[in-house]
Amino acid sequence: MNGRVITVTSGKGGVGKTTATANIGAALADLGKKVVCIDADIGLRNLDVVMGLENRIVYDIVDVVEGRCKLRQALIRDKRLEELYLIPAAQTRDKNAISPKDMVRVCDELRKDFDYILIDSPAGIERGFKNAIAPADEIVIITNPEVSAVRDADRIIGIVEAEQKGPAKLVVNRINMDLVEKGDMLAVADVLELLAVDLIGIVPDDQAVLVSTNRGSPIALEARSKTGQAFRDVARRLTGEQVAFTKANGGGFLGRISQLIRTGSRPGSK
Amino acid sequence: MSVQIKGIREGLLVSVDEGEWTEAEKGLLLELERQKAFLKGARLILDLESHEINAVAMSHLRDQLSDQGLLLWGVLSQSPLTERSAQAMGLATRIHGSEPEPEEEAAAEEPETPADGPAVLLKKTLRSGVNLTHQGDVTVIGDVNPGAQIVAGGNVVVWGRLRGLVHAGAKGDESAVVCAMELSPTQLRIASHIAIPPQESGKPGPEIAFVREGQVVAEEWAPAGASPE
Repeated sequence: MNGRVITVTSGKGGVGKTTATANIGAALADLGKKVVCIDADIGLRNLDVVMGLENRIVYDIVDVVEGRCKLRQALIRDKRLEELYLIPAAQTRDKNAISPKDMVRVCDELRKDFDYILIDSPAGIERGFKNAIAPADEIVIITNPEVSAVRDADRIIGIVEAEQKGPAKLVVNRINMDLVEKGDMLAVADVLELLAVDLIGIVPDDQAVLVSTNRGSPIALEARSKTGQAFRDVARRLTGEQVAFTKANGGGFLGRISQLIRTGSRPGSK
Repeated sequence: MSVQIKGIREGLLVSVDEGEWTEAEKGLLLELERQKAFLKGARLILDLESHEINAVAMSHLRDQLSDQGLLLWGVLSQSPLTERSAQAMGLATRIHGSEPEPEEEAAAEEPETPADGPAVLLKKTLRSGVNLTHQGDVTVIGDVNPGAQIVAGGNVVVWGRLRGLVHAGAKGDESAVVCAMELSPTQLRIASHIAIPPQESGKPGPEIAFVREGQVVAEEWAPAGASPE
């Protein structure tokens, strides 16, 4: 096997990186892929909680890097999905506990056994972020339809380009159709116009996500959830499948985008 | 001017001064250090002209550059020794026909560059956090996003949307102008004048900004005779 390393990052904190990682990971595993999620947020680990695996942690990534355990021993198997694994971060250390080189080494080893290696990056552009993107074949940027989040995403895209990590892919998370309609929120078209990268997902703002992350059960596995569907679509697009943006999973954004092309005006601008 | 930096397709082409290598290297590193913020993370292609540099000196140079966060990607040289030591380190020694494209275009369209340094042409979108500082004129083919910054001694032309911060005539030239296909910068400065453009500047179309009677004004960018006076 020759797995692909995909790093999920955002620049700004709180936009939903960890939730997205857990859900995309679960959705990929649900498609029958062998997936491992790595929490690169050392010192502030969260991914284990969101995936509901906190109580199973014995070893973490710092233990692997510092040679206290074998890589295999740090892999935690998911409760529901056979082919989904987690390598947790250490909570008692900081980002300097591992280096970008360590991440590359760990990922190279994982590539042999997994189809996808998803890395949940910490916020910021410092060491933790550098660790997270060092081994990446592909970068997925999560942003919210807010000016500050988009600004940070823009900066991250610039850094990713400079690091030669290929064109980043974008997921716009927590879009609220009511606010967009009122002109109080940026529309996906506005975000895309500025960032000019490939869009691979539009995820609606949904309180059910909060409930599912608190319960440690990814919403991507809830067949009837529209938000879950949005994450499943992201996963399918990552596998190379062409999935159209439909009303059901994005609230008719494509209509807005084609409208934009026709009229040459920008929806959502004051 | 000892060190010149140009954006080309492969990265940034940096031309190094003639003369004694140790001096030239010092000048190069100093200039790169000064422009660190703009260059950070960039791929560098050094045009070393006829400097003779052996493998040891070359790897020393590469290490010093990487200490500054810069990746040495390629070397152009007229010296076979320098070329060999670059190749030995796996560096590129040729960039499509080894002729940097901006030079051709600049030469073709603007035979006369102003005395305050040559123009720099950047064919990419400047994203948030990028700082481009240049003594002469600056042309960007692409957008300048909010959070990006251009500081130019001369004029600034953006063939795209200008939404970041721009400072033309930064050394005090009040005749400098700023043009963009869509001129909506966060802040626009010409020489010592600072303007904050209104949020909604009418229909987005090509505009030119310049100083008139001590005020920064923006007008429609007409095809000919667009510059003031």
